[in-house]
Amino acid sequence: MAEEVVLLDFRPSPFGMRSRIALAEKGIKYEYKEEDLRNKSALLLQMNPVHKKIPVLIHNGKPVCESLIQVQYIDEVWHDKAPLLPSDPYQKATARFWADYVDKKIYDLGSRVWKTKGEEQATAKKEFIETLKLMEKELGDKPYFGGESLGYVDVAFIPFYSWFYAYEKCGNFSIEAECPKLIAWAKRCMQKESVAKSLPDQQKVYDFILEMKKRFGIE
Amino acid sequence: MAVVELFGTWFSPYAYRVIWALKLKGISYEYIEEDIRNKSPLLLQYNPIHKKVPVLVHDGKPICESTVILQYIDEIWPQNPLLPADPYDRAVALFWIKFADDKVYLMSKLYQADGEEQRAAVKEWLEMLEVMEEHALIGGKKFFGGDEINMVDIAFSFVAHWLGVLEDVVGLEIFEPHKFPRVSSWIQNFKSIPLIKENLPDADKMSAFSKHGREMMLASKSN
Repeated sequence: MAEEVVLLDFRPSPFGMRSRIALAEKGIKYEYKEEDLRNKSALLLQMNPVHKKIPVLIHNGKPVCESLIQVQYIDEVWHDKAPLLPSDPYQKATARFWADYVDKKIYDLGSRVWKTKGEEQATAKKEFIETLKLMEKELGDKPYFGGESLGYVDVAFIPFYSWFYAYEKCGNFSIEAECPKLIAWAKRCMQKESVAKSLPDQQKVYDFILEMKKRFGIE
Repeated sequence: MAVVELFGTWFSPYAYRVIWALKLKGISYEYIEEDIRNKSPLLLQYNPIHKKVPVLVHDGKPICESTVILQYIDEIWPQNPLLPADPYDRAVALFWIKFADDKVYLMSKLYQADGEEQRAAVKEWLEMLEVMEEHALIGGKKFFGGDEINMVDIAFSFVAHWLGVLEDVVGLEIFEPHKFPRVSSWIQNFKSIPLIKENLPDADKMSAFSKHGREMMLASKSN
C-alpha cells in the first residue's frame, strides 16, 4: 500500500523543522503544506482540534500532533533507516530528558530575548546563555548529542540555530562568543542535507521576527 | 539483584505516578522521602539540572522527569504495559500525556492566585476539563487505557485526587460532576482501583498542610 504522508507546517517554526529533519533523515516522501497561521486551514483545525497548532503529521489520514511525538513516531514506523533514538533504555531516557529540557527552556527564553528589552531582556539573555552552556556541557566531545550520528536531541535542538541570528540581533550579543563548541556542533549539523534543507535562512527568520515585532508593537 | 530507589515527596502527584507504575509492574523499590525545603545532597547530585523529585535511581543510574521515568520503567519491565504497542496508538497516548503534563502547572497557578488571577486560573481549569470531556474521553472507555489503566490515566491523576484537595484549600468548587459526566465516571473508576485507592496521599493531611502554606504565601504577597 502506498504510504501517504502530509506535513502541515509553517516554515519559520522550529517545531516544524524537527519533523522535516526526521522525515528527510529517513528518506520519506511527503507532501508539505504551508499554513497561514492567521487563517488556519479547515484541515489543520480538523486534524489538531485541541491545540490548532502546527506541525501536524498526517500518516494515511491519521494525525500525529506535537513535534517530539512526531519524531518518535517517525523513528518507530520507519525504523530500518537512520535511527534517531538509541536502543538502550537508559540512553533513550537520557535523550528524552534533554529533548524535554530543550522544550522547557530554549523556545521560551529565546522568545523573551526578542520580545523584551531593558532589564527583562538582560535577564532573559543571561538565562538563555546559561541554558546553551548546559547543552554544550552535555554535548562534551561528541560530534552530535546522538554520538557519532544525528540523534533525537540533535533533531530537537538544531532548529533553534536558525533563530540564533535573530536572537543575537535583537539582544545585541554573540552566541558564538559565549558557546563556540555549540556553534561548531550546529555547523556540523548544517552540513547534513536533511538539516540544511529543513532550516530556513537565518536572515529570513530575522525578517519574520521583525515583522512579528511590528505586528505586536514591540520596538 | 538490581536496586531501585525512588526519591519523592509525600504529596507530589509526580512521585505517585512512579509509585503506581512500579507497583503495577510488581517491582520492589526503596522509597526515600525528600523535604523539598531542605533537599538532600544525594537528590541534588542525582538531579542537578532541575533539583526536583521524583528521581528514579536504577542500579545507581538516575532518571529524572516523571514522564521520562515512566517510559523507562515501561521499557525495562514490559509486564503490564503502560503504553499501547501500536506506534499510532502510542503517539495518541503520548499526546494526552503531554497535554496532562502541560496542565499540571494549573495546580500551583490556582493555589497561588487570588482576585482576578484566581478567576483566570479557574477559567483555564474549566477549559482543560472541557478538553478532557470532549476530546480525550470519547469512545465510552472505562479508562484512557481501555479496560485497564495506562500511562495516560496515571498522567491525569492530578485531576482525580489532587484537584479535590485544591478546591478545599482555595474554597471553590471548580469540578461540577454533572457538567463533566465522562471525567466524573473516569475519576470514580480510577479511584476504585485497589492499587490506586491504597496508594494515595491523605487528602485531609494535604489540605491542612496546603492551607497553612497558602495563608502564609498570600500574607507575604499583600505585604
